[in-house]
Amino acid sequence: MKSILSTLALACSTLTLTAAEQPAVGQALPKLAELLPGAKLPATTGKLVLVDFWASWCAPCEASFACMGRLQEKFAAKGLVIVGIGVDDELANFQAFAAKQKPAFTLVHDAAHKAAAFFNPPTMPSSYLVDRKGKIRFIHKGFKKASTEPEYSKEIDALLAE
Amino acid sequence: MRPSPYLLLAVLAIGLSACSPQLVRVKPYERGNLAKPVMTHDSAPLLESMTEHAYFSREASFGGGGVGGGGCGCN
Repeated sequence: MKSILSTLALACSTLTLTAAEQPAVGQALPKLAELLPGAKLPATTGKLVLVDFWASWCAPCEASFACMGRLQEKFAAKGLVIVGIGVDDELANFQAFAAKQKPAFTLVHDAAHKAAAFFNPPTMPSSYLVDRKGKIRFIHKGFKKASTEPEYSKEIDALLAE
Repeated sequence: MRPSPYLLLAVLAIGLSACSPQLVRVKPYERGNLAKPVMTHDSAPLLESMTEHAYFSREASFGGGGVGGGGCGCN
């Protein structure tokens, strides 16, 4: 009986751990070009990168775009690159949303969900702030309007000062 | 034959582990279809209110859609 229970417990924990796999703080950012084949990506070498997952059907994502725009305006000259990865199933929805928002930062379509499968964002939107050395330093789950923007600014300032 | 409590516990643990958010098969980024307006509970508010009105009128003697008393107006 004990061996059966141990096996079951091990199976459960393995299943849970496998399913919960997500990049963690301190982990290196993989090459985005490999996760987003064919996408036009900006040069990120030696820059801070903010990878943001969004979708046209996600209301908080839409709300976050104004904040992302302000961050782009404030920090782009200092070395911040924002890459918005759209996970819409349909390209038309992605394009319509991009046309409506017209952000100053790069938007790419993760048509095959390859990048999404790697990052496994725990909620929509989720964003990953990567330092100049290419390490993920901060992970944001969701967008909490007024409180999120100062958090981003503080973190970006700290990383720029390093 | 009475099942072992350990076995019951194991079955319960496995059953509950399926409720873990980590094991939900539809990932947050795959919820485009679930986010469509047609998937909301009250996707047709006009139809719903008309249906409710008809139900209330028909079943008024039982308190309509609420928990009140009969249709005598004494509550």
